[in-house]
Amino acid sequence: MAEHIVPVKTYVVVFLALLALTGLTTGVAYIDLGAFNAVAALAIAVIKMLLVILFFMHVKYSPRLTKLVIVAAFFWFGLLLTFTLADEFTRNWTPVPDSWGPAIAVPAPPVH
Amino acid sequence: MSTPVVDVPQAPAESRVDYLNASYGIRSWLFTTDHKRIALLYLISITFMFFIGGAAAVLMRLHLLTPEGTLVQPETYNKLFTMHGLVMVFFFMIPSIPAVLGNFLVPMMIGARDLAFPKINLLSWYIYMAGALLFLYTVLTGGVDTGWTFYTPYSSIYANTHVLTAAFAVFIVGFSSILTGLNFIVTIHKMRAPGLTWFRLPLFLWSIYATSVIMVLGTPVLAITMLMVAAERLLHVGIFDPALGGDPLLFQHMFWFYSHPAVYIMILPSMGVVSELIACFSRKRIFGYSFVAFSSVAIAVLSFLVWGHHMFVAGQSIYASLIFSALSFLVAIPSAIKVFNWTATLYKGSISYQAPMLYALGFIGLFTMGGLTGLFLASLAVDVHVSGTYFIVAHFHYIMVGGAVMGYMGGIHFWWPKITGRLYPDGWARFAALVIFVGFNLTFFPQFMLGYLGMPRRYATYPQEFQVLNVMSTAGASILAVGYAMPLVYLIWSMRYGPVAGPNPWRAKGLEWETPSPPPTENFEETPIVTEEAYAYNDPPKRIVAAGSAQEGARA
Amino acid sequence: MPEATAVAHERIPARAHHFDDMEQQQESSNLGMWVFLVTEIMFFGGMFAAYAIYRGFDLPAFEAGSRILEVKFGATNTAVLIGSSLTMALAVNSAQTGKRKALMLFLVLTMILGTVFLGIKFTEYLHKWNEFLVPGLRFAPTEGIPAGVSLPHVEMFFCFYFFMTLLHAMHMIIGLGILTTLLIMASRRKFSADYYGPVEVSGLYWHFVDIVWIFLFPLLYLIGGRYPHG
Repeated sequence: MAEHIVPVKTYVVVFLALLALTGLTTGVAYIDLGAFNAVAALAIAVIKMLLVILFFMHVKYSPRLTKLVIVAAFFWFGLLLTFTLADEFTRNWTPVPDSWGPAIAVPAPPVH
Repeated sequence: MSTPVVDVPQAPAESRVDYLNASYGIRSWLFTTDHKRIALLYLISITFMFFIGGAAAVLMRLHLLTPEGTLVQPETYNKLFTMHGLVMVFFFMIPSIPAVLGNFLVPMMIGARDLAFPKINLLSWYIYMAGALLFLYTVLTGGVDTGWTFYTPYSSIYANTHVLTAAFAVFIVGFSSILTGLNFIVTIHKMRAPGLTWFRLPLFLWSIYATSVIMVLGTPVLAITMLMVAAERLLHVGIFDPALGGDPLLFQHMFWFYSHPAVYIMILPSMGVVSELIACFSRKRIFGYSFVAFSSVAIAVLSFLVWGHHMFVAGQSIYASLIFSALSFLVAIPSAIKVFNWTATLYKGSISYQAPMLYALGFIGLFTMGGLTGLFLASLAVDVHVSGTYFIVAHFHYIMVGGAVMGYMGGIHFWWPKITGRLYPDGWARFAALVIFVGFNLTFFPQFMLGYLGMPRRYATYPQEFQVLNVMSTAGASILAVGYAMPLVYLIWSMRYGPVAGPNPWRAKGLEWETPSPPPTENFEETPIVTEEAYAYNDPPKRIVAAGSAQEGARA
Repeated sequence: MPEATAVAHERIPARAHHFDDMEQQQESSNLGMWVFLVTEIMFFGGMFAAYAIYRGFDLPAFEAGSRILEVKFGATNTAVLIGSSLTMALAVNSAQTGKRKALMLFLVLTMILGTVFLGIKFTEYLHKWNEFLVPGLRFAPTEGIPAGVSLPHVEMFFCFYFFMTLLHAMHMIIGLGILTTLLIMASRRKFSADYYGPVEVSGLYWHFVDIVWIFLFPLLYLIGGRYPHG
């Protein structure tokens, strides 16, 4: 089988990088960056995930179909998340009654 | 004008080894890895479940003959419609064509000896049986009354019925679906015969492939949703509990994220069957092959973008509803493309009206009606009026029964000679098809009217003025029941007394028709090499031209 | 009419009869495992989506809950799992190069690290039980909740904590079962440089379980911010 064998050195380097990134993400959590804390934590997690996928799981050397399958999976998860968020966080956008000003007075019907 | 059945000579059945007589005994069936035998195991199981779900429907329709509803208690009625929905969706329709016809035909249509993972195929059947048995246990110990949609917080907090076991049964049977889809995806990618490119595949395989993609992407979300409901009931962990800040609507989002694509799992394979039937019984290639192929993929993708149309009146944000409404209009387009292409195929075709063709033509008409009413429902204002009424019930039954089940019946009849080596009596089959068509319309067309006039669904009683239409619907249901019972009788009869079918009684195109009927266990003596397009009906026979000869450049 | 031509099938014991050659078998089992991992992504993804939504509903409550969790356990577990991913990758490497003893050694190391992970997790759960932080069964936190934060919403955070980590732990346990099977097969000399498919696809599964934890750790333990809050 002509399969690319990843050298052991690459594995060790990736491992050390993953440990370093774990330390980084833990350390950054102790610094107050406001909303950016969440962004940083997720960004670091994504980088770690990419390292595992590309090198430990050999995707860098895998056929295109494999890469397409992985991208599709994350895209579909994205669909679930995005469309559900689109509902959950826009429910309060509908204006409440009377928020556009007082109701117009309706004249009383003529009395015969 | 009907195509005469041609008996192509093949070795007499008694002396030929095929997948049915290759080995005997219950163990050779329960431990088989032959995709054809597994298909038959599924056929028996889902037929059994179909009649269980049908029995629930019969009881419901009998109960609804009178406005006061005196046949069963209201609580029992709730359990009946729940059971009918759960059985029909999860234990009949979702497996039906993929697990029976797909399992049987996918390897044969691509020229392979089996699916990519035969043991996983058998495992998927055992998982199906485990889910079905757990569900039957649920029914026998008192049933569940939440509706097949398990809406929270009723199902997670307040229901007193066996929600936990029902949710687990659905959770389990989902994995059967996932494994089937996984098997088909890998098989179609990796095991096609030499020369069989993607655009030479029969359209049935495009549909099965698109269905498998939906199964793989959507079913896991159903699984996690069922687990969460089960966790709430078992451990009082309140993920959908408003008292803890949970959102019952989140359940609906996660449930429908799967369950809307699930309806496309149910219809796409049927559309694939219809493509095969229309081509064969018009003796023509399918008009616009690549449009039909791409439309299957488009349906698979778009089906995941419309689930909010089940939640227009549930409290969903109006802005999300607008988006879902627009996308729901969009998803109708690929389906319409298929209908147009089938119609164009029929035009100037050499049409014959055997039973499979009657089912295919019935599909086209009834699916179109069901699909168009779906567009009414995609429109927000109309949906507000008819949501939760019999209009919805009629809409999805037109698609599921008038569409998907008719496609399934057409496929069973079409490939029956290949599966069993026997011909069924076509006169009875055509009669049954007509009975089903009449019974179906009489059952469900009045329900459109009932829904529009305001009769709510899932109610055990109704106002007096709706009785006439309800009685019509029940009358139709009794005719429909007869129509479904008939194939059971004559198909089983044919297995013993039907005339022996040759390899290709329909003179159809496709690799599966190049093998004897029933096929040998390994399907093909030698792996075939494919040199022609799909549906090469009426192509002039290829002349064998010697390389380098004067005729080579001037081929007709 | 399609022509029938014989395709040569060499008889290798490891090749299943329905495949034409080892390459088709290897590619199929790889694709099959990736498609299975897609289903796992959607399975865990449903939970992550629900978590994201509820976090958005009441951020202070989720942050408060997150800060109660013990970072040392979470961070150690992350390092342990990353180490197990390394040993698993090295196990696959050993199988690819036909080194049977190294393969078995790395499988055992991976299993040890996996067990360590589960041990730490179990300890954590025990702590939560003792501190009355188990939703639905035993939830009455005595400290760590700032004033004004909704207690039921903090309980919701712990619902997710337990549900997601339990789901992950179950996948780890299944992974340990798979590794045990591989170990037994390796000891019986089933693998070689020409046939190591099961090791490779099991490696894919193991790395996936690691990736889920790579996201669980920050989302559950860190995203509340560990700096002193006013």
